[in-house]
Amino acid sequence: MRYSIASLVREAWRNNVGWRPAWREPGLKAGYDVVIIGGGGHGLATAYYLAKNHGITNVAVIEKGWIGGGNTGRNTTVVRSDYLFPESAALYDLALRLYETASEDLNFNIMLSQRGYMTLIHNHHQLESARHKVNWMACNGVDGEIIDRDEVRRMVPLLNMSEGTRNPVLGAFLQRRGGTIRHDAVAWGYARAASDLGVDIVQNCEVLGLEKTNNRITSIVTSKGSVSCGTVGMAVAGHSSVIAQMAGFRLPVTSHCLQAMVSEPIRAIHHHMVLSPATGVYINQTQKGELVMGSVLDLYTSYGQRGTFCTIEKTITSVVEMFPVFAQLRLMRHWAGIVDVVPDSSPILGPTPVDNLHINCGWGTGGFKAIPSGGTILAHSLAIGSPHPLGQKFGLDRFRSNRLVDEGAASGIAH
Amino acid sequence: MIVIRCPYCCELRIEEELTYGGEAEIERPAETASDEQWTDYLFMRTNPKGLSRELWCCTAGCGQWFKVARHTVTHEVVEILRYDEEFNTTTVGA
Repeated sequence: MRYSIASLVREAWRNNVGWRPAWREPGLKAGYDVVIIGGGGHGLATAYYLAKNHGITNVAVIEKGWIGGGNTGRNTTVVRSDYLFPESAALYDLALRLYETASEDLNFNIMLSQRGYMTLIHNHHQLESARHKVNWMACNGVDGEIIDRDEVRRMVPLLNMSEGTRNPVLGAFLQRRGGTIRHDAVAWGYARAASDLGVDIVQNCEVLGLEKTNNRITSIVTSKGSVSCGTVGMAVAGHSSVIAQMAGFRLPVTSHCLQAMVSEPIRAIHHHMVLSPATGVYINQTQKGELVMGSVLDLYTSYGQRGTFCTIEKTITSVVEMFPVFAQLRLMRHWAGIVDVVPDSSPILGPTPVDNLHINCGWGTGGFKAIPSGGTILAHSLAIGSPHPLGQKFGLDRFRSNRLVDEGAASGIAH
Repeated sequence: MIVIRCPYCCELRIEEELTYGGEAEIERPAETASDEQWTDYLFMRTNPKGLSRELWCCTAGCGQWFKVARHTVTHEVVEILRYDEEFNTTTVGA
């Protein structure tokens, strides 16, 4: 069923009895041309673009949990493309541009709200870095600007900018096209659109092992039986090392816990996404009214999808320092996801040491914002057998050739 | 929260007082190492889901580096050793 104002009116008239599940739930077939491991945003987007851009529809997406239950449902829903190197700008801005048209493309309202993404500037060093970044972004054709202290005060009136505050605010970097998205809608929208094009989405299907012949994966052993495959794509974020180990190689990835939390819902009082590099805290208000807060990742390796009190305390004390009025709020929910951190803070895309296995991982703490381009690039790699032009500089071979794309140092992203 | 008793100063420390130092037993290859061996040493990690043998530092205390075997899902600390002692636990993928 196509979603439209007409379908809404018709179903309202019929007491909503005509709605059908958004995607099919088929069993696992004996084999597929392409099997994608991981039913998060990147895996589902890969399946969708395989079908849409390359006409390959004999595809399965296998997911050990449920659709939208991993990092796609565990992030802070922020989108932006304020990266410094041209190759990164091309990658992340493609994602943002695809998100801008995704609701129409997928026929699913992803609730993109381009409310502006703001990084506060606390000192002159940060001001110089922000100017440097804005100039690079202009060269890359991506919007970004620096706003002064008065403009910050006008846009974020609740921010503590009083005399003697611990982290004074000189201004802010602002990307007006940045903002938030309803994160579940991204998973559901891509799942529904891929399913409509013939892709099988199989949930509760965990990969237990990979069978290889002549450096090719011939079949995948899962909790729902074995499935043979032509090519294999993996988009499993924090669990990339686990799948890579089954395939017989290692990755330059360490897995860490990244957590976030929301307050009880209140009326709209905080209209932009605000990040403070001094505290590491980022905060925005959802369209339901909850304040979404996150900060630093836990620095030790972790596969535990749950938070720690140390980080909750750090985050909340910083939030209250920035926005004293929020001290009155109560926390409602708190969650954690496992992110795949790479030494140069850039993703790993394309071929692997195994001939028919292609990878999409290493997005670290910023995978959600990149879903449309990650899917486009992995789909290209799987269909054509060689890296997508935008993915060429992000190959696993860059660690051997020592051509790192060090966005962590360059654009000053938090981690 | 991870709580570890430092094997040198014997003080009980929480994760905020400690520094995580990554996987233990990463050996620097000889000068004659190939580019592949060097890449492996510099960047590639086992990153186990399960028991992990790793380094921690008693940063807020005596400042000594020591070894810990820890479960990366449950965060259970299985073994705490001085730097020159050998692990008894085995890890996944090792």
